[in-house]
Amino acid sequence: MKLLTHNMLSSKCIKGVNLGYPLGIEARDIKVSKVDFNSEFVTRIIPKLDYKTLYGAAEKLGHATDLPQTVVENFESNEDFLQKVHHVLLEVEVIDGDLICPETGRKFPINAGIPNMLINEDEV
Amino acid sequence: MSSGMKKYLFWFANEHLDFRINEIKSIVSLLNVDLKWLKTPYEDPFWIGELDSDESATKIASRSITVRYIIDLWSTAPSVSELHNELHGLSHSLLAPYSDASFKIKVEIFGKSQTQKEKLDKIESFNYLPLNGRVQLKNPELALQYIEYYGVDHSIAPLHPRELYFGRVVAQCQRDLISKHSLKKRKFIGNTSMDPQLSLIMANQAKISKGDLVFDPFVGSGSLLIAAAEFGGYVLGTDIDYLMLHGKSRPTRKQDRDKPRNNESVFCNMKQYQLEDHYIDIIVADSSLPLWRPDILFDAIITDPPYGMREAIEKVGCRKEEKRISEQHLPTHIPSKVVYPLCRLMSDLLDFAALHLTVGARLVTWLPIIRCEYDEKKLPHHDCLQLVGNSEQILSTTSSRRLLTYEKNKNFKPNSSSNGILYSEETFRERYYKYVEQLRKVKGCEKDS
Repeated sequence: MKLLTHNMLSSKCIKGVNLGYPLGIEARDIKVSKVDFNSEFVTRIIPKLDYKTLYGAAEKLGHATDLPQTVVENFESNEDFLQKVHHVLLEVEVIDGDLICPETGRKFPINAGIPNMLINEDEV
Repeated sequence: MSSGMKKYLFWFANEHLDFRINEIKSIVSLLNVDLKWLKTPYEDPFWIGELDSDESATKIASRSITVRYIIDLWSTAPSVSELHNELHGLSHSLLAPYSDASFKIKVEIFGKSQTQKEKLDKIESFNYLPLNGRVQLKNPELALQYIEYYGVDHSIAPLHPRELYFGRVVAQCQRDLISKHSLKKRKFIGNTSMDPQLSLIMANQAKISKGDLVFDPFVGSGSLLIAAAEFGGYVLGTDIDYLMLHGKSRPTRKQDRDKPRNNESVFCNMKQYQLEDHYIDIIVADSSLPLWRPDILFDAIITDPPYGMREAIEKVGCRKEEKRISEQHLPTHIPSKVVYPLCRLMSDLLDFAALHLTVGARLVTWLPIIRCEYDEKKLPHHDCLQLVGNSEQILSTTSSRRLLTYEKNKNFKPNSSSNGILYSEETFRERYYKYVEQLRKVKGCEKDS
């Protein structure tokens, strides 16, 4: 699971959960791989992000060292910033771990890089 | 002819007729090209349209799957002599820019066969053209195309061609992608993997462009994501089937049934086509429940939901009253599932699209249909979504599926209504078999009497 996905996921599927955002992360295995940088995509995705959540998640995984705490001004033309956001969004991946609902503490396991957001029939 | 516009011949592949006009419409609107159709015969593969330049033709060709070639149309006539007469008069001015270019002349006899000798004779019949360059069969600077069209049905081909076309090939379209993405050579497939041609047409219908965020809520083996990524989309998908996404379901290929799937996944397919940079994630999730942050907007949603025929149509749930799961079983428990009626699925999907699409973006989805019951007015609809494309793929004498393209035209309001009155709570499967059974009885009665 990439941090871009984490930025968009919620645990609203659980009955009674209000917002279910942001999900906590517990990572047991993290992989960093190389993904081609595409400034157009990153520029378009930044306005869709909850940047605070992204920063928090990157920090939790120990990959926030280079990342500014807030979106910089005129980010469209700041390639250095776009590269850093690209790195945490698409190159840092949780292979094994858990996502945690902030309201109920319910854990959603991530294995082989794929989060399992299914809830059981008694939680629907 | 309007000023500055030139005639072009669109040579379509002779299949998926109902998808042609919608595909070109989507491409033209995506790439902002001005195209005016002059002739769009439904069955014939040769259509004529006006474009402002070769550049516009090349743009359309960079995306189209249903078209084979786009040709700068120099002459069209109902008989060979008329065609040559017209060309005689025009050839000097038309060929002036190419007088020294390397060239070839291609001959296509559509709807009839020809011998090699007839073909050469036809090429020779153009010997009056003022071409001084050398003949080059591979990548010539000028490719000329001569077409004799006898109609689509070989068995009733007339003696003389119905129509003749001659022109300069401007661009080849994207049909090579169909073999590039062939399911035969794909590493990971499922029982209902979408055919690459239709997947690519869907990506065009969805107007996917570079850097789009694309989502498939019934992702399966990810065929649609491959097509979307091919056109520059960044792709995400969810599916309720845990074993499928982890590449642990029963192998689809018969020769592989005896061995477990090894290292098969949506990601490894993306890698096979060098599209892994466009892969975001796939997630095991139930599409009938909310999953995303409510303000997330996708640039396209393309999907092939299960119809309940070959793939089960299910959501998490339980028919039993007592649904507690014991502590001991909890860690390995796979949730039980109940039938998710197609009408519910469609209206949930439309609601989802209305909420999670950017305004102007598209939802492209399939809907199975019993052909004689089809009524366009009964298609699923939503206040915020406008139906902009509807193409039928016939599957059998009684059934077909329709590719529906919806465009979001206004922002979502919580009280806006959606409706899928095509089906009652009855599943498509039940309805289909009821219909087939009825048909069988009627036929039986006819035989008896």
